[in-house]
Amino acid sequence: MTPDLLEQGSARIAARQAALAAQAQQTASGGRDAGYGRMKQGQEVDVAHGRILYLEDVNVSFDGFHAIKNLSLDIAPGELRCIIGPNGAGKTTMMDIITGKTRPDSGTVYFGSTIDLLRYKEAEIAQLGIGRKFQKPTVFEHLSVFQNLELALKTDKGVRASLFFRLDSSQADRLAEVLHTIHLADSVQRQAGMLSHGQKQWLEIGMLLMQDPKLLLLDEPVAGMTDEETERTAELFLSLKGKHSLMVVEHDMGFINTISDIVTVLCEGAVLAQGTLAEVQSDERVIEVYLGR
Amino acid sequence: MSQANPTRTPARTPIALPGREPLLTARGWAAWCLALVVGCVLVPVLNLALPADSALHLSDFAVGLVGKIMCYAICALAMDLIWGYTGILSLGHGLFFALGGYAMGMYLMRQIGTDGNYGSTLPDFMVFLDWKTLPWHWALSSSFVATLVLVLLAPGLVALVFGFFAFRSRIKGVYFSIITQAMTFAAMLLFFRNETGFGGNNGFTDFKRILNVPIATPTMRMTLFVMTAATLLLFFLLARAIVASKFGRVLQALRDAESRVMFSGYAPLGYKLFIWTLSAMMCGVAGALYVPQVGIINPSEMSPANSIEIAIWAAVGGRATLIGPILGAFIVNGAKSWLTVAYPDFWLYFLGALFIGVTLFLPDGVVGLIKRRLGGQA
Repeated sequence: MTPDLLEQGSARIAARQAALAAQAQQTASGGRDAGYGRMKQGQEVDVAHGRILYLEDVNVSFDGFHAIKNLSLDIAPGELRCIIGPNGAGKTTMMDIITGKTRPDSGTVYFGSTIDLLRYKEAEIAQLGIGRKFQKPTVFEHLSVFQNLELALKTDKGVRASLFFRLDSSQADRLAEVLHTIHLADSVQRQAGMLSHGQKQWLEIGMLLMQDPKLLLLDEPVAGMTDEETERTAELFLSLKGKHSLMVVEHDMGFINTISDIVTVLCEGAVLAQGTLAEVQSDERVIEVYLGR
Repeated sequence: MSQANPTRTPARTPIALPGREPLLTARGWAAWCLALVVGCVLVPVLNLALPADSALHLSDFAVGLVGKIMCYAICALAMDLIWGYTGILSLGHGLFFALGGYAMGMYLMRQIGTDGNYGSTLPDFMVFLDWKTLPWHWALSSSFVATLVLVLLAPGLVALVFGFFAFRSRIKGVYFSIITQAMTFAAMLLFFRNETGFGGNNGFTDFKRILNVPIATPTMRMTLFVMTAATLLLFFLLARAIVASKFGRVLQALRDAESRVMFSGYAPLGYKLFIWTLSAMMCGVAGALYVPQVGIINPSEMSPANSIEIAIWAAVGGRATLIGPILGAFIVNGAKSWLTVAYPDFWLYFLGALFIGVTLFLPDGVVGLIKRRLGGQA
């Protein structure tokens, strides 16, 4: 073939494509293929509507104590949301509901716009991509730091898969990466029970990272940490923001000031106020129940 | 893609991640092979080949005793998997042991043939009860292969069904222990009854043959001994393989922080059910090896005290070490056989004192003590 012929051919193809595109623009759906929605991507969370977590009118009572009252709250993908509130405000209970530990009496809890979390058990919710750090650092004390992280690694978590599991090289790289991130690279073989309180907090955060969750729920992540450790944690959370959504419950106002965009104040099981830290701190009701005391 | 993107990326020295744990260390393999040689070659030679008046001759009594204790050691190993590693204390493992024993016992009863006191093809106790035909659950008892399957299946199925409901309802800790205790007690009452077709309180005894070979000969006794030793050693390897796998670490994680395991994405039910059922089947095999050696099985094997003893062996030896429970079974039963002869009235006091002593002073059992003495934490 000669160059002329090639050029003519490509010109014909381009003309044809332009004609098709023009024709497509005239359809009712503005050029897109006709459809009634988007394909559901298996168990993947769907955040096309701009919300990764959505709670509406959630109610829980324990033996007559109304722990959560008509709580409605939503979190955007990539957002770092801080939750504050006095003791007994329902912060931990809210996390229990999201992670499947507690069933609400009424209300809806959605992960993305398609996954109804109330239909799933704890382990399934974790596999969907919600990671949780407990108030009290909870690591596997008799296992080494390495083994703790290895257990948390995102992989098939069935019985058979665990019996025959072998760490492959990309997983090992990821594990090493997390070890650096949580500053435990020189404690790989140490028993988790021998770590300091702050290091256990870091290890638990590292385990969350290994799980690669889309939404992280962190209950008092810097409790018991030194100032330096707190600072590093703030740095880490800020680096996670954007790629992950985070919900952080904390009492440390300095820490919240460093990391927060929007702060939600919970009180008696419902949202009392929401806004930037400065806004909520100047809110009369908030001062009354929490900050002013 | 790695999500753990640190804010600072200093020049890093690569981390030496620990490799996969070997099944056994070189020394471990040496010890294992030594045990195999002792159990399968040395003991038979000392017992069968040496004349009875030789100083090195091993008496039939000693062989019988050690054979029995090895069956107990299998139970202790099984208990260790579920209690030591997974943190679930079962006080009903005697039931699984007895079920395996009864499955084997039924076969041995059928092997008696017409040599019983009544000369009938039916087992004596059925003639005594004036039964004319075998009950339905004896249908497979004439086949040795079916018996071997039943030895695994009977305890396995009971454990699977019981475990499924207990673990699904998230019954834990002392509540689980009490229910297992009640389970074995209920089964004992059931087996005591004549109409269930298990020989009532007399159980099965007076066995004559196994695989048409007379059972009470020195060669057969030694064959059973060797099989028991080999089974114990193989189960040890199996347990070691399980414990060294990620599955084994999930078990320990369940013991230490079950909620963390769940929120890491593991559904505990499958894990608990697998190890629980495997543990029950190991006990069943132990029971099946035990019955032809001691020549009797009756419902007292299901008594709550027997199940508690299994837990004591594991605790004395050292939980969450595989060698510990085996040692524990030998120490406690060795002491028992000596004390019940020397001071028959004091055995139970001794057992109680032993358990209290171990709980107070040796939380990690004898193996824990040895490790502390050696100063290492191997």
